[in-house]
This record gives sequence, C-alpha cells and structure tokens, in this order.
Amino acid sequence: MPDRFPGYDVLSKRWTPSWNQKTREVINRRLALTNEPRYLTAEEFALVTVIAARIVPQPGHRPPVPVAALIDHQLDRDQGDGYRHAGMPPLQEAWRQGLRALNAEAQAAHEAPFDQLRTADQDALLTQMQEGKLKDAAWGGMSSATFFKQRLAHDIVHAYYAHPTAWNEIGWGGPASPRGYVRMDANERDPWEAAEVKDGDVEAARRKNRHVG
Amino acid sequence: MSDDPLLSPRAKAGRAPDVFAPGGWIPMHAYREDEAVDFVIVGTGAGGGTLACKLAEAGFSVVAMDAGPYFRPLEDFASDESEQTKLYWTDDRIVDGENPLQMGSNNSGKAVGGSTVHFAMVSLRFRPEWFRSRTLLGYGADWPLDWREMWRYYAKVEQALKIAGPVTYPWGPPRPRYPYRAHEMNAAALALARGCEAMGIGWTETPLATLSAPRGRAHPCVYRGFCTTGCSTNAKQSALVTWIPRAIAAGAEIRDLAMVGRVEVNDAGRATGVHYHREGGWRFQKARNVVVAGYAIETPRLLLNSATSRFPDGLANSSGLVGKNLMAQSNQAVWGISKDEIRSYKGPPSLAITEHWNYDDNKDFFGGYSYMSQGPLPQLWANTQMSARGLWGDSLMAEMERYNHVVGLKIVGEMLPQESNRVTLADAKDQYGLPIARITYSWSENDRALIDHSLRFMARALEAIDAREIWTQDDDTCHLNGTARMGGDPRTSVVDADCRSWDIRNLWICDGSVFPTVGGVNPSLTIQAIACRTGDRIKALAALGDL
Ligand SMILES: Cc1cc2nc3c(=O)[nH]c(=O)nc-3n(C[C@H](O)[C@H](O)[C@H](O)COP(=O)(O)OP(=O)(O)OC[C@H]3O[C@@H](n4cnc5c(N)ncnc54)[C@H](O)[C@@H]3O)c2cc1C
Ligand code: SF4
Repeated sequence: MPDRFPGYDVLSKRWTPSWNQKTREVINRRLALTNEPRYLTAEEFALVTVIAARIVPQPGHRPPVPVAALIDHQLDRDQGDGYRHAGMPPLQEAWRQGLRALNAEAQAAHEAPFDQLRTADQDALLTQMQEGKLKDAAWGGMSSATFFKQRLAHDIVHAYYAHPTAWNEIGWGGPASPRGYVRMDANERDPWEAAEVKDGDVEAARRKNRHVG
Repeated sequence: MSDDPLLSPRAKAGRAPDVFAPGGWIPMHAYREDEAVDFVIVGTGAGGGTLACKLAEAGFSVVAMDAGPYFRPLEDFASDESEQTKLYWTDDRIVDGENPLQMGSNNSGKAVGGSTVHFAMVSLRFRPEWFRSRTLLGYGADWPLDWREMWRYYAKVEQALKIAGPVTYPWGPPRPRYPYRAHEMNAAALALARGCEAMGIGWTETPLATLSAPRGRAHPCVYRGFCTTGCSTNAKQSALVTWIPRAIAAGAEIRDLAMVGRVEVNDAGRATGVHYHREGGWRFQKARNVVVAGYAIETPRLLLNSATSRFPDGLANSSGLVGKNLMAQSNQAVWGISKDEIRSYKGPPSLAITEHWNYDDNKDFFGGYSYMSQGPLPQLWANTQMSARGLWGDSLMAEMERYNHVVGLKIVGEMLPQESNRVTLADAKDQYGLPIARITYSWSENDRALIDHSLRFMARALEAIDAREIWTQDDDTCHLNGTARMGGDPRTSVVDADCRSWDIRNLWICDGSVFPTVGGVNPSLTIQAIACRTGDRIKALAALGDL
C-alpha cells in the first residue's frame, strides 16, 4: 500500500510545544521497551507475536511496532480495564487461558500449534473465535467470542495504536499539549499536522511533512 | 517519599497540591479523626466535590475523601490515551445481563474531581417536563424537585464553571446568556450543523465546561482534543480545578488515595463516621453526617457493603431500591467517510449539538435524545472498528488510514428505569478485601425503539451531507445514574428531595445515583445543580435545628 502521509513523523514534534514534559517521558518509556518477555513465557510471547501479525498486519519496509512487548508490559503491570464479563477471568488469567485454548484448537483442527499454521488457517481460526464458534474444553467457562472482542483483539489494537509509528500511518496529529491546534475547518491543516497525498502528488505531501515540527 | 500521586497521598500535613502550578502547594485545614466533623463526604466528583465546596463555604467542617489520586494536570497529564487510563476506575467489576455495560474508560473516574476530570464537558439542562415525566409524559418517575428551582441552580452552576455556550439556546424556556462565548466549531461540528439544516431541524454550539477566554490562573482551551483523557491545560472546568480549590480555601480537607470501605452506623441507627483505607491501613473518621457521592456503581456498593444486623440489606435500603433502576444512557452512533479532511481530533469532541428529539414529542417511544458531533482518538477509534464492526487484519489497517476523513454523530439517549437493571455484590473481592460490584444491564423495548429512531435519523443526516459508506455503531452506552433514587415517598425512593436518606437521617447521597430518570442530555450539570441545592438546603435545615 503506498504511504498516504509520506515522510510524516509525529516524533519530529517531540521537542516542540506540542509535547509537554510528561508526554515526552511517557513516550520515551514506551519506545524503550525491548522486544522480550517479562511476564509471558517465551512460547506465549512468540504466539502473541504471531497473532498480532494477523490482527494488525504491518508493512515490511519499516521497523515493526513491538505489539507483543506492549501486551507483555500490560500483563506485567496487570493493567485491566475495570470490568469483565461474567465468566471472564481477570486479565492475566484470561490471556494465559485464551492462548492455551487457541493452541488446543489449532492442534484439534490441524495437529499443529497455532504459530505453525498457514496464515489462511490462522485467520480462519481467529474468525471462528470472533464468531464464538471455538468451544474446546480448554476455554473453561470463557466464551471465545468474548475473549476475542474484550481481550485479545481489544488489547492488541490498543497496543498497536499506542505507538507513534501507527500514528504516522493514519496521519493523526499525536500529542498536542500545550500547543493544540488553530485551524479547525475542513481541509485546513496546521503546519504541525500530517499532509495527505492529494491528486497523486506524493512529493508535495512529502515536502509539507518534512516541515512538520 | 515517592511523588507519584498514584502511590502516596499528596493532600496531607496541612497542604494540598496547587492544581495551577507544577510542584505547587496550597494550605489546607487538617481535621482530627477522633473529633467528629460536621460532614464526611465519600467521593469528590460532580456531586461530592460541589457539595464539599458549598458546605465548607456555609461554614461546616468538611472532610472529603476520594479513592483516587490528586493530580496537578499541568505536570501529571500526558497527551496520551494509554497513559491517561490512570484517570479511570479500573478496579475489578463484573458486568452481565443481556447488554453488559462497558465500564472503566467508558464510565467512571477515580481521582480527586471524580469523572469530571475526564468528562467531555457537555453541560446541558434537563427539559423542564422531565422532572415530572410520569405525570406529564407518561413514563418513568416524577422527581421531587421543581424545574423552576432547578433552573435557578443551573444558572448558578453555569456561572461557577463559566460555561461557554451560544447567545441564545434554541430549545426550552429562555435561559440567561452563557457566561463565556461559544467555542469555534471544528469541521466535525460544522458537518452536524449542515446535516441538521438539510433535515430541517435546529442545532447549536454545545454549551461546554471549558474556557473560551482566560479565567484566573486557567488558560483558554487550545483545541487539543484530548478532553476525555484529561485536560493538561486546565481549560476544562472540572471539579478538580473549580469546586475543590474553593472548598479547600473555605476550610475543607480533601484526603486523596482514601478508599472508604464502610459507613459505620450505631445502635440508634445513626451514621457515626466512615472506615477508610489510606497509606496501607484501615482508619476511622468520626462525623456527625456522612455523604455518599461515589457515583451510581460505588454508591450502592458502599451502602450494600455497610450492612449491619440492624440494616441487613444495606444502609438506607428499607425500600429495597438501593442498587436498582440503574440507568445508563444510550450512546449509539452513525459514522461515515467524507471526501473532506475532517480531522475530528481537533478541539473538544462535541462542539455542536441538536436537542431536537428531546423537545419534539411526535415519536413512537418514550423519552428523548440529543446528538452531537464526535472526535474519537486513535485507540478508541481502532477499537470501535474492531468491536462494533468486527474489523481486523488488512481491513482494519485500511480503514484506519481514513481516520482523518471520518465524520460521526452520536446520541445521548434516555433509557428508562427498570428495577432489574441493578448493582449487586459479587463474590469476588477487590484489593481492599471488599466485595466488588456486579452490574446487570438489559435494554427495554422502549430503549431499542429510541435507539432505532436515532440511528435512522442520523443516517439520513449524514447522507444529506454526502458522507459515504455510512454504518451504525449500535452497542454503546454512557453515563450512570439512578441506583439510589430521590422521591417523595420512603417506600418508593431512597432519599428525599434534599438527598437525605429516609432511613438514616444523617446519611446523605449526593451524586448521579439520585436521578429517578435520566433524560436525553448528559447528567453532570444536573448533578452539580442538585449538589448546590443540597448545600443550600442543609444550611437551611441546620438553621432550623433540623440536622
Ligand atoms: C468519557 C466520559 C465522558 C463524559 N462526558 C460527560 C459530559 O460531556 N457531560 C456530562 O454531563 N457528563 C459526562 N460524563 C459523565 C460525568 O462524568 C458523570 O456523570 C459525573 O462525573 C458523575 O458525578 P458523580 O459525582 O456521580 O461521580 P464522579 O464524578 O464519578 O465522582 C465519584 C468519585 O467518588 C470516588 N469514590 C467512589 N467510591 C469511593 C469510595 N468508596 N471511597 C472513596 N472514594 C470513592 C471516585 O474515586 C470518584 O472520584 C462523562 C463520563 C465519561 C466517562
Ligand atoms: S480540547 Fe480544550 S478542554 Fe479539551 S483537553 Fe484540550 S485544552 Fe482541554
């Protein structure tokens, strides 16, 4: 897919008035996360990496967002959402049990662990999970659909869109305090916002994005 | 000691954080635990924060406790969705029923200032008839309050918060001009306006509790769009930067990271104080009156968790209604793609509104709804695409690239009270060893009819402005009210018009829980108006020797 916001890098605003000190600290910490497990086992971590590649597939031409590391960090800090559906275990337990159940389903259907399946088979299993059709005993009392929507995909999507690389991809302005924004009407762009390719003119957008700061 | 406000309390030893200055402090009165204060208040949000201010200014001794931290927004708030989840009540809760509610980020705060720290600032008055919806409109329950009196209190709160709003408001009886001028509309708000005009209904700039001009040490809004993750500029007129500093200046003490686990009641059936957890241990604060203001989940939970042999079903519960009639508001949306760049992340999320369907009674269902323009941030938006639309993989990534072209309309809709929608205690315990809340919620036929109507109407409004690929998000709710309703009869309500519990006369409930119905507007202005009125009533009752 061609870049819609060529050359836009939200991090180029890091030292501008769009980022307050707290934001710098928080994003620095996030960017410094290393891609190795603290809470999950190495196998679980590898499995999350494979699942994340299906839920939020990333292009090969840039450094990937370390989704599994972000999830692992969330699990390590036991950072739940403040509610769970009846039948759903708390955060850490839900993840552990869900990963086990997904592997059990992969074994039952294809006699191989999930991360060794072809991507089409992985997607098929994830779709069945989303539709609540997976019912192996390994799920315990948990509904596979609820696990998909409230936990697995929920946490993966949140992890991915917590990363500046993902913000670049969608042309979001990113952190914005204290400077905020000035131009509010449609098709109006503050010079510190992403420029989108218009009428196929990639270079024009790239030029504008180079000056974002 | 750590300066992390989530780890150790800041408001102690005679001082509290100055919310307007990084690292700053203001002097604060410190009360003894073993000498009864006039009022101990549980919760410092829209209800508790406002009442703390009113009571302190009336000369009462007040200690207000909050389970959450005491932030200084300028230094503690990042422009970041993940980081700012620290504002939410994320202690464990169980949700069930046919339409389980989403809690956490969607619903409740845990901080000095309560949910107003992350609320979207929409500040609306009830339609007058809603205070007597049973008698005049045929549904729900009547309030024991007169709309004209409420109208006066609304005006006071609007002044206290310097609400920015339109010169004339299109619906309802005349109201005074809003204290501050309306905010400039962003592209998302202009889209709402164009849609309304195409459909032949009115619209206006949304009255908002964020500054459109400087006020004291607070700056005007800079249109950064992070409102529901906390305002790092102090433009937002949350309880944290309005009522709370006023309360402290008038002699109130705020205790942060102070989780109340139990209201103590003596053999005579009077409340005597609260047991609370702070700095690693359980403590007791004596008080002549206890006010519970923990919002519509924690308030009934605390009352139920405080059961004694004399009150085996929980405090203030002779009617059996504590925890019942929980009302969320419907929060469905219609979304589309515009050929224009909308960039709805700029500015407060809901800069324009229509209340048309709150005031037009030509409908086939009870209740009403307003709808507003929207500005979801990326994590929220991606999760909406995943959970409401089922997108993941390449389809999600492609959809997200069009983020800047998204335009949406979202309702705040009235849901009817049902006793089966309720808060009870679950078997599981929280980190303090207290039973957690179980929240049971199912929509009624009327709720569905209202939602269907709104989705059909808003879809046409988006079509009328040439938005493409329109889809509906039909599973969302917001706001919580109603689990300790006020009324005129002890058999059918928990508190009277003064927010005073019928059963225990020195136990008060002053937050969103007391609503008998919710109407089709966001609740906080009404919560604050009720708290101001309660403050005045308590002062009057005290003067009569009737406390
Ligand atoms: C994302 C979002 C956007 C919103 N937008 C709007 C809007 O635009 N307009 C509007 O009118 N409303 C809005 N609301 C709703 C509004 O925030 C609430 O209706 C309002 O704050 C409720 O007031 P309250 O006093 O009942 O409770 P809260 O403001 O939630 O205050 C309750 C406080 O009590 C504390 N507490 C609870 N239990 C205990 C205990 N046992 N011990 C100690 N402390 C305790 C909590 O920590 C909390 O700080 C929004 C809410 C959310 C989540
Ligand atoms: S848009 Fe305004 S009110 Fe909202 S967070 Fe930013 S400065 Fe505060």
